[in-house]
Amino acid sequence: MRWLYGVAAMVVGLVLWQTIVWITGVPKFILPSPLQVAEAAYTSRALIAEHAMVTITEVIIGLLIGTVLGAVTAIQLASSQTLQRLMLPILVFTQAVPVFALAPILTLWFGYGMASKIVMAVLIIYFPVTSAFHDGLSRVDTGLIDLARTMGATKHQIMRRIRIPHALPSLATGLRLAAVYTPIGAVIGEWVGSSEGLGYLMLLASGRVKIDLMFASLITLAIITVILHTAVGILADRLSRYSQGLTS
Amino acid sequence: MNEAPSITLQGSHAIDGRTLFDGITLTLPAAEWTCLLGPSGVGKSTILRLILGLDTAGTFTGSIEASDAKPLDNRISYMAQSDLLLPWLTVLENAVLGARLRDEKPDLDRAQTLLARVGLSDYQTKKPATLSGGMRQRAALARTLMEDRPIVLLDEPFSALDAGTRADMQELAAEVLTGKTVMLVTHDPGEAARMAHQIVLLTPSEAKHWPVPPIPPIRPVDAPETLSAQSELLAHMRGFRA
Repeated sequence: MRWLYGVAAMVVGLVLWQTIVWITGVPKFILPSPLQVAEAAYTSRALIAEHAMVTITEVIIGLLIGTVLGAVTAIQLASSQTLQRLMLPILVFTQAVPVFALAPILTLWFGYGMASKIVMAVLIIYFPVTSAFHDGLSRVDTGLIDLARTMGATKHQIMRRIRIPHALPSLATGLRLAAVYTPIGAVIGEWVGSSEGLGYLMLLASGRVKIDLMFASLITLAIITVILHTAVGILADRLSRYSQGLTS
Repeated sequence: MNEAPSITLQGSHAIDGRTLFDGITLTLPAAEWTCLLGPSGVGKSTILRLILGLDTAGTFTGSIEASDAKPLDNRISYMAQSDLLLPWLTVLENAVLGARLRDEKPDLDRAQTLLARVGLSDYQTKKPATLSGGMRQRAALARTLMEDRPIVLLDEPFSALDAGTRADMQELAAEVLTGKTVMLVTHDPGEAARMAHQIVLLTPSEAKHWPVPPIPPIRPVDAPETLSAQSELLAHMRGFRA
């Protein structure tokens, strides 16, 4: 029944938006009404879909690569005290660099195509995934580790059979964050330099004062993010429930 | 199963120059239960960890030897106060945890027999989260037995259970661990009075033997010998704190 509240909130938002447009009488090129946006979305549906596909591809590839890189880094850091002492401060320091500011450099290095946007998305989610998963890997009950040692398990076996499954809820937390950040990374990459994608379409529409198309692109992006967040949320929930023994 | 040896620990332990215990000798007789009691912080758990070969805070100087002169590695199993069951595995999978961890093929038939012995036949496919505290500790006991090691160290394994379940678990453990060299770290004088072949009170300077009741373990909860040993032990332990 929770989705009903979501739908209700959306309807309220749309009504409010339409009312503001009516009362203030703002021109269409400043704030189009929801109906005008819907109309633009319908007439330009092929165009929006084409650019949306590009952004979706960047987001999914970025999410996969970022998650795998983050998870592997977390496992490596948790496996070696030396590596952890060496790398963790460096990782934290790199977070002081605003990743968005790197977008022009990434475009320079990786070109106007998808690669620079994927790299951007990967960079944005890499740290949250690493940090969340590493935190979980480090917080395993020491009693479990002791027990495993008395059973003659090696460090690798303890990592694989105990620490990783135990830390899945933390990885799930990282994934949820990543699902929100990845589209931001991709779109910022598109703003800085590209010839396709929803971010590019928004800039293009804005430049031609097609504000209704810009809004339609924005809403498409929002819908993609919500769907991604929901899908990743379901997966994250499964990981957590598995780790806590709540699945049948 | 190989013959259970006796174990002798001799030595001192200090943490950052502060002595935890000094020059003690503790012998765990072969195939018998030794109950180790003492006030908190006296080093009971440290002794347990030393024998298990786990890291301890501080440094130990001395020796830990088995009567058969063989190394203790992989001859000791361990059961803690917390059941340490992995929540994502079933009871059966938890019982064979040792084999799973070592990437060996688990002996499921034997695990099923042991689970039947601790009364968990109907719960093999259940996850630990669905079990009561007593059942979880029985599953942990099955996991301990599955390792089939001649020496078993128990760190207050029954202290979190309700009184009735605790008494049941004590009887079950005494039965299934027969023939093994067991050390039970406990805070409960009643438990020591029931279970022990040998009661040892640990102080910073010695591992002192306390007389055990004249009837063999496991002793009935309500036997006069058990009850008087329990109350004398308790009176003595309260004296420690005064």
